[in-house]
Amino acid sequence: MAAPTTERPASTGDTRELAPARRGNRAGPALLTVLTWIVGIGFFFPILWMVLTAFKKEADAYTSPPSLFFTPTLEQFETVFSSGIGPYLLNSLFATVMSTVFVLLLAVPAAYAVSLRPVKKTQDVLFFFISTKMLPVVAAIVPIYVVVNNIGMLDNIWTLVVLYTAMNLPIAVWMMRSFFQEVPKELLEAASMDGASLWRSMREVVLPVVSPGIAATSLICVIFAWNEFFFAVNLTAATAATVPVFLVGFITSEGLYFAKLCAAATMCALPVVVAGWIAQNKLVQGLSFGAVK
Amino acid sequence: MTVTEQRPAEIVPRQPASAGREGWIRRAPLLPALIFTIIVTQLPFLFTIYYSLQSWNLVRPGSAQFVGLDNYVKVFTDSQFRGVAVNTVVLTAGAVLISMVLGLAFALLLDRQFRGRGFVRTLLITPFLITPVAAALLWKTVLFDPTYGLINFVLSPFGAGQTDWISAFPLTSVMVALVWQWTPFMMLLTLAGLQSQPHDVLEAARVDGAGSFAIFREVTLPHLRRFIELGIVLGAIYLVNTFDAIYMMTQGGPGTASANLPFYIYQRAFLGFDIGQSAAMGVVVVIATIIVSTFALRLIFRSFQTEEG
Repeated sequence: MAAPTTERPASTGDTRELAPARRGNRAGPALLTVLTWIVGIGFFFPILWMVLTAFKKEADAYTSPPSLFFTPTLEQFETVFSSGIGPYLLNSLFATVMSTVFVLLLAVPAAYAVSLRPVKKTQDVLFFFISTKMLPVVAAIVPIYVVVNNIGMLDNIWTLVVLYTAMNLPIAVWMMRSFFQEVPKELLEAASMDGASLWRSMREVVLPVVSPGIAATSLICVIFAWNEFFFAVNLTAATAATVPVFLVGFITSEGLYFAKLCAAATMCALPVVVAGWIAQNKLVQGLSFGAVK
Repeated sequence: MTVTEQRPAEIVPRQPASAGREGWIRRAPLLPALIFTIIVTQLPFLFTIYYSLQSWNLVRPGSAQFVGLDNYVKVFTDSQFRGVAVNTVVLTAGAVLISMVLGLAFALLLDRQFRGRGFVRTLLITPFLITPVAAALLWKTVLFDPTYGLINFVLSPFGAGQTDWISAFPLTSVMVALVWQWTPFMMLLTLAGLQSQPHDVLEAARVDGAGSFAIFREVTLPHLRRFIELGIVLGAIYLVNTFDAIYMMTQGGPGTASANLPFYIYQRAFLGFDIGQSAAMGVVVVIATIIVSTFALRLIFRSFQTEEG
């Protein structure tokens, strides 16, 4: 039942795109540009609406037809802050930053080993890393819960740090590897011929090539760690819960009030959205596994 | 699971003794990441197998006892489990394929010079950055709400009335939210592919008088293949684990109509406290995933080998 109904928008999207391309010579690219703008604004509109609603009074949020003009208020954000989002933000920040640091500490040497000085069976190692991502998280949650409970680490932020590190490590190794492969091997050899120390050749040859990769990889890790919900909701309670968990709890405590929820959701999503906007090129580099420089 | 665990074991001991020391120095930077990954991601699965052979409900302390394959028999005779497995396949395949088609279309639109290109790209990638829990909440409330939702407002000229989309089409509603979140990801990947096309080949084809569509089919698509495969594999890895959207939008309901395997197992473990049963389901899911991903990994590796040339 679900498949046929959803297939349709996809195929219309496809023809909509191809048809003007064929007629491009006559209709001119202006139409395509207009279409691109419409698509972009259409896709972004739900987010824009969320942010707008966050600045509304509840009365303005519940109108039919939806109201575009209203007197903005910070009331909803005040509610969000007074209901104690602060500690959750700090938890999210801590889990995100620490896990990203650990991922880099582990992934950068590993990627160096598999790309610049490849050992035998490099392919197998990479295979192993990515295959751990394929195993469904849910199959591990039961023993993780039991173990974490037994060692008294339930509702402890370090538990999330460890799990987020493991969650992002495979992808990070793959991304970093694609950047290490760009390091000119001749330069490395020349440097070691000249008697440059390992540290110096690292700093002068490897680092300049690899540092954009480190930035790109960090960004991806930050996005996934900040947005993670499954581990957070199952393994934390009052003290170590992160922002996504706050958002769910907020619904329970405040009820389904659009404007308040939109304010909370905006607060929850904002840090990562801003980071992604600022480092957009890094995002593209990271996700394309170094195919775009 | 067997596949993944044998591999690292092979890597370590099978070096000729002469190259041993040098080999270890080369391998040393790799070991911390490898050991950490094995401990955190592989050990739990051994426990999962162990638990799956027990009848153990957390509500009854001390109830754990060895029951052999009983839990597995229950899993395979559980008609809900089968329905949920089908949901998982439909949701994952549907969301991956639709977001790939849309992502490719958007990437083609963006792969041109026009005013505000960077700005439109920024708009288009944003859904990928939004916290999934917040995105699901957004769809559930301000978009899909029957009375005040934007979707019904936009569709009202077409006589949509006050359709409660989430109740009427729970699985499709979840899929729509997922497609919205993952289209930007697919778009970024295929856009990266489009921009790495060799321009001389495109020029040559154009000079030879090939039409836009012929160029797209004969030159662009083959070049994009690697990026499309990568997008499908990565998208499937993340989407098969979908939990947030279902948790927020439908709670798997009505009944199990919109539950996928992660959500169903979560319900059994954390709401039903049935450790043995949910562990058995976990093992079944892992085996199924291994079968599927063996093909997927072959795909990803083929595409990466061409890169290494």
